[in-house]
Amino acid sequence: MTRRIRVLVAKAGLDGHDRGARVVAAALRDAGMEVIYTGLHQTPEMIVSAAAQEDVDVIGLSLHSGAHMELFRRVHALMSERGLAGVLLTGGGIIPDEDAAALAAEGVGKLFGPGTPTGELASYIKQEVARRRAEGERA
Amino acid sequence: MVEGRLIEGVLRGEEAAIARSITMVEERLPGARALLAGLATHTGKALRVGLTGAPGAGKSTLLAALLSALRRAGKRVAVLAVDPSSPKTGGALLGDRVRMAMHAGDSGVFVRSMAGRAALGALAPAAGEAVDVLDAAGFDVVFLESVGAGQADHDIALECDVTLVLVAPGSGDGIQALKSGILEIADLWVVTKGDRPEAAGLKAELLASLSLAADARAIEERVVTVAALGGQGVPALLAKIEQAGAVARAPGSLEPRQLLRLRRRLLAAAAELCAERLPPDAPQLAELATRIKSGDLTVIGAARALLSGGNA
Ligand SMILES: Nc1nc2c(ncn2[C@@H]2O[C@H](COP(=O)(O)OP(=O)(O)OP(=O)(O)O)[C@@H](O)[C@H]2O)c(=O)[nH]1
Ligand SMILES: [Mg+2]
Repeated sequence: MTRRIRVLVAKAGLDGHDRGARVVAAALRDAGMEVIYTGLHQTPEMIVSAAAQEDVDVIGLSLHSGAHMELFRRVHALMSERGLAGVLLTGGGIIPDEDAAALAAEGVGKLFGPGTPTGELASYIKQEVARRRAEGERA
Repeated sequence: MVEGRLIEGVLRGEEAAIARSITMVEERLPGARALLAGLATHTGKALRVGLTGAPGAGKSTLLAALLSALRRAGKRVAVLAVDPSSPKTGGALLGDRVRMAMHAGDSGVFVRSMAGRAALGALAPAAGEAVDVLDAAGFDVVFLESVGAGQADHDIALECDVTLVLVAPGSGDGIQALKSGILEIADLWVVTKGDRPEAAGLKAELLASLSLAADARAIEERVVTVAALGGQGVPALLAKIEQAGAVARAPGSLEPRQLLRLRRRLLAAAAELCAERLPPDAPQLAELATRIKSGDLTVIGAARALLSGGNA
């Protein structure tokens, strides 16, 4: 039996609706994952603390506020601080390609634009978690 | 050994060790049994409180309010929130954290979500063991939230010192609960959403039905109305929880419930050992199957032989 993939889906930032995050959460559940949904207005500290307690494989951040560079960098830094460097940080929002590339160079996972089919996100997560788990076993 | 390090970490209350230990128990990873055995002598200190009730009855909202009250009193608190898995895909959407978001980031609060994964209507098999991990980690109170659905309610009662059954006004929950017998497992009955006008009627209805079965005054003591969003009734409920907990955990009062819990654990462990010793491709199974087919043995006879360890 293979271990189930656990994903924390969080809505960061100040904007007030979470329809997108809920759609993603439901899609990942339908792809067989265990999705922990945290709700609106989560600070990076709250998100990383929840991820640590939930022992997730993936943090999926949904944001639309334009502050994506700061938010992803802050979450990523807190993850290293709390020993979650092996966790995949991914997400979606309106993020220019060059910003996504800059974050990727810093170790953040792939970021998905609005309207990406959810199946694409699910298969990326499955592939990436499998790779990381295999790597962890070899280490 | 991984589990040795984890045990030390859990006993020191380290978040990462607690989180990973629960995963080990839940996934039955190698070392899980040794881990639980190592923690076993350190359990029994936490007050274990179960909350059950229909979907949307107000369990997580009430938990958030109880957490606030307990944190003000300086207690360290953990929550294990169990939601059912989708039987079709095996996935799950675990949303109880949304109602407890104000406690995220508080180092004195540990919240873990768990998917049911089990047969419909039963508590996740690993839930009781995950509560053991949280107990050993030194939390003063450990809450177990689970959606009420038949067997799960009885399971939750066995895993906890105090069980709360929640019913919400205007939902038909009360009548449903009475019909299904779930109220019988309650130490305390909680009418939630007490700010709603129908709450008083629901309480009266509950009292009337429950009094048929037991002493009316004793029942009245055990039915509590709360309005968790505004916090009304929460301190009174907490006092009753602590009182019931003290009775259940008084030295020398090894309640039948605790004995039942141990009996159930023992059975589960025995079944697990059985399954381990007899993988589906075990040669004995193939041999016995051949003999059953030839009419030499019955299935039950062969099973008896397997259990007693002898040869059929
Ligand atoms: N009016 C009112 N609504 C409440 C109160 N407590 C909870 N609710 C509402 O009831 C709904 C369900 O609350 P939850 O706390 O999520 O209920 P739950 O039992 O944990 O739900 P599941 O975990 O999904 O089974 C939410 O919309 C809450 O805001 C209350 O005291 N008053
Ligand atoms: Mg809930």
